Amino acid sequence: MRAAAFVRFAVLGLWLVVTVFPLYWIVVTSLKPQGDIFRLPLEYLPGSPTLANYERLFGFASFGTYIGNSLLVSLAAAAVVLLIGLLAGYVLARFSFRGRGQVMLAFLVTQMIPLFIALGPLYLLLNSLDLLNRLPGLVLVYVAMLIPFCTIMLRGFFERIPVAIEEAAMIDGCGRLQALFRVVVPVMLPGIAATFVFAFIQCWNELFLAIMFIDDEEAKTIPVAMNSFITQYDIDWGSMSAATVVSLVPSMILFAFAQRYIVEGLSGGAVKG
Amino acid sequence: MSTDTAPRPTFVLRRNRGLFITACLAPALLLVGVFTYYPMIRGGVISFQNYTLFDLSDTGFIGWGNFEKVLAEPGFWTALANTGIWVLFSLTGQFVLGFGLALLLQKAFRGRGLYQALVFFPWAMSGFLIGLIWRWMFNAEFGVVNDLLLRMGIVDAPIAFLASPEWAQTGQIIANVWYGVTFFSIMILAALQSVPQELHEAARLDGASYAQALWRVVIPFIRPTLVLVVLLRVIWILNFPDIIYAMTDGGPAGKTHIITTYMINKIIGAQDYGQASAVGLIVLVLLFAFTVFYLAATRLEKSRDF
Repeated sequence: MRAAAFVRFAVLGLWLVVTVFPLYWIVVTSLKPQGDIFRLPLEYLPGSPTLANYERLFGFASFGTYIGNSLLVSLAAAAVVLLIGLLAGYVLARFSFRGRGQVMLAFLVTQMIPLFIALGPLYLLLNSLDLLNRLPGLVLVYVAMLIPFCTIMLRGFFERIPVAIEEAAMIDGCGRLQALFRVVVPVMLPGIAATFVFAFIQCWNELFLAIMFIDDEEAKTIPVAMNSFITQYDIDWGSMSAATVVSLVPSMILFAFAQRYIVEGLSGGAVKG
Repeated sequence: MSTDTAPRPTFVLRRNRGLFITACLAPALLLVGVFTYYPMIRGGVISFQNYTLFDLSDTGFIGWGNFEKVLAEPGFWTALANTGIWVLFSLTGQFVLGFGLALLLQKAFRGRGLYQALVFFPWAMSGFLIGLIWRWMFNAEFGVVNDLLLRMGIVDAPIAFLASPEWAQTGQIIANVWYGVTFFSIMILAALQSVPQELHEAARLDGASYAQALWRVVIPFIRPTLVLVVLLRVIWILNFPDIIYAMTDGGPAGKTHIITTYMINKIIGAQDYGQASAVGLIVLVLLFAFTVFYLAATRLEKSRDF
């Protein structure tokens, strides 16, 4: 039994190293002066750490604007998705009505179909709505993309909350919506937070829609900007690793806080089938 | 989609119940309809049209023209074959390692919460960043992978990982497995925790070894979850071009494209929406065929087993 426990912890430890090392390596690279990045043998600890790569990123590449854009788009989209998804998820969890199965099916189908088939037509649609190169256009597309999954996730959280609490509130004179927002929402706050974080991370990470729809320097999100770093001849790995580290920070912090509830929300749905 | 949990509508709302339901669902349905379903259907139509953004003067219907052009390109068939390899090996790697990790995490130990938070973090990263990080690690001259291999004496000379299609694809699959283990371990861990403890103990009392109990009792119990998770994952891996896009963008010479990066190149590079949509429709048909086949196969096997 002791041997088994030892093997178990050894394997878990090894996997931890495998998981963390790439991240460690990109952080180390971002802290090295240019000369050290491209010199062999490689240094596994930065001998002379410097913030030069970060300074270059924010000075010369105006990374601050991109961070602002990404934050704006992700926060706005996550907030809108949450509001719309709460209403839809609530109705889908609490009422049985004609067409409910069809609504669920319509949501599930979007998860099965490759988004890329819609990419060209979406471009044309945004163009005709005069929403190309504009952040609100991107928000709108992200919201639509996230609604199905987030609604299903929220529906799952609603189903875990006993109906009795709302009924009690409604007997006390609350209307439906009042009961929803004043009694139910506070109880499922962890689930709501998890859905918000999930939506935020998805938007923060999204690449291809943003590349397609955003071209103006002023409106670029972080992934779009980083993508344009690549298309030049050589990748400047100093700046690139700094950009990677910077763009990882917000989603990692949020994930660390909401990790437990996201895992619950994701796995709860799958286990129930 | 269980209907049995839905409560009877409460008396307060009986009169304008329909209105309330409609009002709550309308924004969601409207947005999904306009920005997902409409473009998808339009994409289906465009695949039969001559639609390049460079020249929109003649966007008439050309029948199967786009499909014929795409199917005649050797690049398409390379991408299709690569897709098979990419999905098969990524899935197997993610599944096996994810399952193993879930088994190891099942038993409580001090610091398990922190451990999970640490090993699950790749999930919060974008495929694009993962691709970039691994591209740097696999760099032929200054990549850490080569450095480690050289130091350990496994290779004599650095390998130009991303310059040969085979090595590049291996690298992409490693990156994808690294990323996707999390998903499987989360899902399988949740499933494992839903197995009634008595079931497992009864098997052990009857003299079954750990492996036997796992194989005979636990796995059959969580089988529905496994079947579903694998299906979702196949669809997801197929629709996940981000890592490949960031690592090689299909290079060298288009040899590492999968079907979705191939499609993206048609859109972003050639701006040929007609051909891109045709590829999309082919993917859709293949996915549909796979799903039907997969569901039939897994159900067949089940009826034979029990």
